[in-house]
Formats: sequence, C-alpha cells, structure tokens
Amino acid sequence: MYDEERLGVLLRLLPPAPAGWMRAAQELPAARRTLDEIVARAEADLEFRRAVVADLEAALEQEGVEPAPGLVDELRERLDSS
Amino acid sequence: MAELSSLTDAGLVQRCRAGDDEAWNALVERFSRYVYAISTQGFRLSGPDAEDVFQEVFTRVYTRLHTLRNDAAIRPWIAQLTRRVCIDTVAARKREQPTGEPIGEEVEDVLQELDEAFAVREALAGLPDHCQEMLDRFFTRDESYRTISSELDLPMGTIASRIARCLTRLRDTLEGRSSPSEGSRE
Repeated sequence: MYDEERLGVLLRLLPPAPAGWMRAAQELPAARRTLDEIVARAEADLEFRRAVVADLEAALEQEGVEPAPGLVDELRERLDSS
Repeated sequence: MAELSSLTDAGLVQRCRAGDDEAWNALVERFSRYVYAISTQGFRLSGPDAEDVFQEVFTRVYTRLHTLRNDAAIRPWIAQLTRRVCIDTVAARKREQPTGEPIGEEVEDVLQELDEAFAVREALAGLPDHCQEMLDRFFTRDESYRTISSELDLPMGTIASRIARCLTRLRDTLEGRSSPSEGSRE
C-alpha cells in the first residue's frame, strides 16, 4: 500500500543526475566512433600516431571529444596493442 | 524521443544494440537517476568519484550490451555494474585513506529502497505528461508551488490539488487499480 507520504519519499529518492554527466554519457557512441577513427588513422600514419601517443588528451580534444579518463585509457590500450 | 520513452526495456536494448543513437540517449535518460542514486545514496560517493562512477557505468553498459543475455533484465544488470564500480571506487579510496568508514550493511537497505523508487518512476512514466511534470517538479526537483505556478502558468491555488490528483493516479497505477494511460511501457 502506498500513501501520499510514502510516494513522495520514493519520488524524492531519484533526483536527476547533473545535466553535464548525462550529456557526456549520451555522447558515448559518437566519442567511440571518433576513437575508432583515431586508431585507424594512427595505424596508417606513423607521424600522426607519434603525435597522438605524445598527448592522448589533446588528440581527443582536437577531434571534439571530451577526454574522459576511461576513453583516454582505452585509446592508450588500443594504440599499445595495434 | 516520446516514442522511445514508451519502449519496453527490452525494446530499448535491442534498438541500442542495432546502433540507434537516439535509443542510447533514451536509455541513458531512463537509467541515469538510478545509477546516480546508487553511487550517491547507496555508497555515499560525491564529486569527481560519483561522476567517474557514472561515466564508467555507462561506458561498460555501452561496450558490454552485447553480453546481456536477457534484454528485459537490463535494470538489475545496470544495478550490478554500478555496485561493482562503486565498490572498486570505495576500495581504492580506502587504500588511499585507510581510516575511511567501511561500507555498511545499510547499503543493501538503500539499494532495496532505490529499486522500489525505480518502480514508482516506471509507473510515473505511464501517467499523462502533465502529471509526470507536476510530480517531478514538486518532489524530485523540489520546486515550490510558486515556481511551478509561474513556470507552468497555472494559478497557485490549483497546484496542491493537481499534485494530490496525480499522486492518486500514481498510487492507483502502482496498486493495479487503473491501467496506465497511453504511453505506458507495459
């Protein structure tokens, strides 16, 4: 049984997440496509690869992607294994 | 987005797996409050830790969606992923600050409460838009009668009665006394 007070308590338990966090999570598919493009280009172009490895964050930012820690780590791992 | 928000969890997962970016937006929208609440209320994380957990959870959801065996079970799967990332984060903090408080057993109680809160939000999603907006503004965004009145261009005297009517509809839906309106996910 739910009374009004209980419903109010339960509704208050799930406030919205900060808008910026939501936006970053929603941009994941586009960010990952960019990641794929960077890795593919790095495999084909040694000079580009050196520039990316020298500054992973800047490489992502240059492509319009927020350099979130998880993305930077993944880019490093993929470049290491490619 | 309106069409996507009425999809079942399984339907939404299938669209995401097919590479539909709008479906992914809707999935983040649907589960963001839940992930946020588990980390901030269940595990009492805040600031950059809570943000890192939030992004890591959705990254894992995105990259591991193909491993989900039962598409309809995405909520418990996300809950499990979130718990795991939170526990790792708390453990890392403890290594840095060994005097930190242990994870209490009350975490389980909070998570159970959040599951119930999520069920209420699911029921809310089946109510008409005006009820969703009214209850969301008053309860989760903590807006005053005055703010709601001004934002929705409604007389202040009608706010309380509308909230009460919408709560009754919500309760009836939860208790199965009325079927949700069009737009329900069921």
